[in-house]
Amino acid sequence: MIDQPLFHYALRLGDDSLILGQRLSEWCGHAAALEVDLSLTNIGLDLIGQATSALGYAGDLEGAGRDADGLAFHRDALDYENCLLVEQPNGDFGQTIARQFLFSNWHWLFLSALAASKDATLAAMAAKSVKEVSYHVEFANDWMVRLGDGTPESHQRLSAGLDWNWRFVEELFIGDDVDNEMVQRGIGVDKASLRAAYDARIIDVLNDANLPVPKKHRAITGGRRGHHSEHLGHLLSQMQFLQRAYPGASW
Amino acid sequence: MQREIGTIDAQEVMAVLAAVPDPEIPVISVVELGIVRGFDPLREVVIITPTYSGCPATLVIEQSIRAALDAAGLSRILVKTELAPAWSTDWITQAGRAKLLAYGIAPPPLGDGAPSLRNRLAAQCPQCGSHNTTEISRFASTPCKALWRCNACQEPFDRFKCH
Repeated sequence: MIDQPLFHYALRLGDDSLILGQRLSEWCGHAAALEVDLSLTNIGLDLIGQATSALGYAGDLEGAGRDADGLAFHRDALDYENCLLVEQPNGDFGQTIARQFLFSNWHWLFLSALAASKDATLAAMAAKSVKEVSYHVEFANDWMVRLGDGTPESHQRLSAGLDWNWRFVEELFIGDDVDNEMVQRGIGVDKASLRAAYDARIIDVLNDANLPVPKKHRAITGGRRGHHSEHLGHLLSQMQFLQRAYPGASW
Repeated sequence: MQREIGTIDAQEVMAVLAAVPDPEIPVISVVELGIVRGFDPLREVVIITPTYSGCPATLVIEQSIRAALDAAGLSRILVKTELAPAWSTDWITQAGRAKLLAYGIAPPPLGDGAPSLRNRLAAQCPQCGSHNTTEISRFASTPCKALWRCNACQEPFDRFKCH
């Protein structure tokens, strides 16, 4: 019998990374400087690598013959369980950095806690991923300060990017039945418990970036239940096109 | 003649693997890079671990190890990937570090687990030896390397990131 909560937990871990990795890959060849292009795509590569492990594990748990590729390329938006933040459009560089900042700081805290999971596979994936995410956090935090404390234009664009993404932060800290069972079994992370540390981390950076701390926003949720913004469908249509048009195509 | 289980020793297997180069940085072997975690003579399994989750060389490395074992008549040895403990640049051997430097890649500083110190110390230029160097980009040609520049000899160079 399938361990449903654990399957969904692994799926969510993979979906968060996959969708943000795909978003970042859209920057390939488009960033303003080569170094930034390399950074965004390398972060995307880390995330897609993490997604391969997590979705592979989800596929094993499901036992229906779906591997990481099967789960990535042959599911519709309703079956994706990523948080809403990661599917948000890139916008300009400021909007991309704001999203990365808000997600990576949460991701780091989440993975650090998940490394103590009683599920050895999740713990191993988290302990490995968190080392990579440390670099993502540094990159995002550095750029927050550079843009926020930069020119009036960079400040304004970053502020607008923060406004766009901020309303999706609450969802990161809200658990549902899957989370509750995973926490009870010592496998999952109590997301609400990460909030104080998260606020402390981001307020530090926002202060350095000369940006006001945004007011708490009413939670917009739904990602974990498959209720997504329209943006996810467009992302999937591009990411999945080849495997949908030519199922099973390989290099 | 078929050898009995337990008669293939770790030394023999590691000698084979020591000749398998990293596909990206061919001067260093997969053993020196710390990817090969060991050999279990009873289960007859070679344990390997990936460097970065998304490193595209991971599959090539596994295939190269497989091919080297097959070529040495050790086809029955299995290759298994394990994520824990997570790979660290501290596992790169002294010989490996010397080879990286000679190849033009500044080796990573020691001290995994001390993120506040990571990358803060200036890298030593592999060309002229100067410490008067600047980091250009923390993300560079491969996931494991950062791009630096030497202010003394003006040469750009890769530095293996501390991980």
